[in-house]
Amino acid sequence: MSLLSVQGLCVARGGLRTVEGVSFTLDAGQALILRGPNGIGKTTLLRTVAGLQPPVAGRIKMDDDAVAYAAHADGLKGALSVAENLAFWAQVFGGGDVAGAMAAMGLASLSDRPAAALSAGQKRRLGLARLLVARRPLWVLDEPTVSLDAASVGRFADMVRGHLAQGGAALIATHIDLGLDARVLDLTPFRAKPSPDAQPAGFNEAFA
Amino acid sequence: MIALLRRDLTLAVRAGGGFGLGVAFFLILCALVPFGVGPDTTALQPIAPGILWLGALLACLLSLDRIFALDHEDGSLDLLATSPLPLEGAVAVKALAHWITTGLPLILAAPLFGILLHLPGQAIPPLLVSLLLGTPALSMLGAFGAAITVGLRRGGLLLSLLVLPLYIPTLIFGTEMIRRGQEGGATATPLLFLAGITAGTLAVIPFAAAAALRVNLR
Amino acid sequence: MSIWEYANPVKFMRTSGAILPWVVAGAAVCTVTGLVWGFLTPDDFRQGSTVKIVFLHVPAAMMAINIWVMMLVASLIWLIRRHHVSALAAKAAAPIGAVMTLIGLITGAVWGQPMWGTWWEWDPRLTSFLILFLFYIGYIALWSAIEDPDSAADLTAVLCLVGSVFALLSRYAVFFWNQGLHQGASLSVQSGERMSAVYRYPLYLTMLGFGLLFLSLLLIRTRTEIRRRRLAALQAREMRA
Repeated sequence: MSLLSVQGLCVARGGLRTVEGVSFTLDAGQALILRGPNGIGKTTLLRTVAGLQPPVAGRIKMDDDAVAYAAHADGLKGALSVAENLAFWAQVFGGGDVAGAMAAMGLASLSDRPAAALSAGQKRRLGLARLLVARRPLWVLDEPTVSLDAASVGRFADMVRGHLAQGGAALIATHIDLGLDARVLDLTPFRAKPSPDAQPAGFNEAFA
Repeated sequence: MIALLRRDLTLAVRAGGGFGLGVAFFLILCALVPFGVGPDTTALQPIAPGILWLGALLACLLSLDRIFALDHEDGSLDLLATSPLPLEGAVAVKALAHWITTGLPLILAAPLFGILLHLPGQAIPPLLVSLLLGTPALSMLGAFGAAITVGLRRGGLLLSLLVLPLYIPTLIFGTEMIRRGQEGGATATPLLFLAGITAGTLAVIPFAAAAALRVNLR
Repeated sequence: MSIWEYANPVKFMRTSGAILPWVVAGAAVCTVTGLVWGFLTPDDFRQGSTVKIVFLHVPAAMMAINIWVMMLVASLIWLIRRHHVSALAAKAAAPIGAVMTLIGLITGAVWGQPMWGTWWEWDPRLTSFLILFLFYIGYIALWSAIEDPDSAADLTAVLCLVGSVFALLSRYAVFFWNQGLHQGASLSVQSGERMSAVYRYPLYLTMLGFGLLFLSLLLIRTRTEIRRRRLAALQAREMRA
C-alpha cells in the first residue's frame, strides 16, 4: 500500500498553472527527488501535496495527517530555546522524542540556547529536527539543505535514511546530491501549456 | 491547543511589552483626556464611560496585527495548518492569548482609570462587567481582521479600517451599560445584548477567520 | 437554459453588451424625467421647496442599501458556486454603493439644515448610513490592497458576509443608542397616505431611474473588470510563452 499516490496533478501559482499531468507514487521506504528549473512549480507542488493549497486538477491520495512539511521558513521563535521550540511542535503534533531529535541533528549542546542566537545553519538543523518529533510518515521537504555545511548535509541524509528504514517516505525538492537511493523526477516535461479547453486555474485564466 | 496557548503567552512575556504595553497606552489616553477637555468633574464624568471603552478599543487594536503576522513570517502558520490542530481551534486559542495579554490587564486596570476620570463608585461594577463581557469579542473580531490582512505588507492601517466598524455594536452596548450604571438605571438590557454579541462572535468568527487564513496561506 | 449560463464571461459579455444601451437609455429617461417632474411639483405646505431634495435623497439612500444586499448575494454566489463574474460584479458594485451612500448623506445634510437647523445630527438613520459608508470603504480598500485576484475575491466575500451581520447589528444598536428625529420611512405599503400622490409618482420614477442607473454602471464596470482580467491573463500567457 503506497503512502502517497498522485495522479494527473496540476497546480497553479498566482492564478496560472505551472505544472500539469504529474503522476507518481511513493511507497513506504521510498524517496523521490524533484528536480527542475526555478519557477517550474516545485514549491507549489509540494505545498499542494502538503494540503496548503488545493490542486487545480488531479488527485492526491494519502492518509489524513500523514504529512510533515518543511520549507524555507522553519517556524522557529527566537525568544524560545531550542528545546522549547522542539517541545512545542512535539506537543502540537502529538509528542515525539525531543532529546533524541536534538541528538540526531547535533543540537544537544545548544538545547538551552534561544533560537534567535543560532546561526542560519543551526536554525535549519533545528527546523529539520522538527520532522523527527512530528512523527509523520510522509516528509515533504522543500530545499532542506539550504545553508547546511557538508557535515550537516551528511547528518540530514542519515536522518532521511533512518526515516525510510522505519517505513517512512520522503518527497524532496533539492538540487544537491544527498547520496540517497532515490528516484528522481524532473518536472521540466510537465510544464503547463496553454490550452483553450483546460479548467481555469484561477481568476485571470478564467477570462483568457 | 494548550501548548499553543502556553507558547503564545510565553512569547508575549519574553518579547517584552506584551502585557504592559496595552495598559500603558490606556493610562496615557486617560491621562491625556483631561488635558483635552479640562479637569472639571462635570466635564469628565459624562464622557468617562466612552473614554474608557474607546481606550480599551484602541489598546486592543494596537496589538492585533501581531496575532498572525509573526507566525506567518516565520512559517509557523504553515506548520500549524498541516498539524492535527484544526485551524479554527488555533484561531480561537490565539485570540484567547491576545485577550489574556491585552484584554485582561485592561479590565484589571480599568477601575483605577475610572477613578482618574471621576467615574462614580456605583458605575465601577458595570464597567468591570461590560469590559469582561465585551473585550473577548474585541479580541475575536480583531483576530478575524488580522487573518484577512495577514499576507499584506502594510496591513496595519487596513486592519483598523476593517476592524473598527465591526466594533461599533460592542462599543455602543458597553458604554450604554456603564452610563446606565452611572445614573443608577437598569443595566440588564445592554448587558444581555453585549453578552449575546460576544457569544455569537465567539461561536462564528473562528470559522470565518480560519477560512480567511486558508486563503492567505495558499 | 438556466440563469447560471450568464456566469460564463463570454456569454455575459455578449448579453450585457446587447442590453447595455437600452438600460442606459432607460436610466437617463427615468432619472431626468423624474427629477424634472419632481422639480415642477408644488411646494409642500410645511417644508416649502426643500422637500424636492427627496427625489435625490430617497432613491440614493434606497440604492445604498440595495447595493450592499446585491454585493452580499454576489459574494455568496462566488463562495458557493465559484462564478468569477459574480465576484467581479460585487467588486464593481462597491464604489457605486459608496457614492450612493455619500449622496444620501450629503443630500440629507442639505435637507436637514433648513428642516432641523443642523447639518448633522447623530440620529440613528444618519448614523447607520455613516456606518454603512465605513463598511463600503473597508470593502473597497481590501479589494485594492490584495494583489492576487483569487485571494482578493475570497477575502472580500468573507468580509462582506461578516460585515453584513455587523452592519445590521450596528443598525439596531444605533437605534437603541439614540432615538432620533429623522422621520420614519416616507414610503411604505401600509401607510401609502403619508405622502401625497403629487410627490409619490415622480419619486417612483426617480427610484426606478436610480435602479437602472445602478444597473448600467454595474454592467459597464463589470465589463471593464472582465476585460482587465482577460488582459492580465493574456499578458501572463505571453510572458511565459
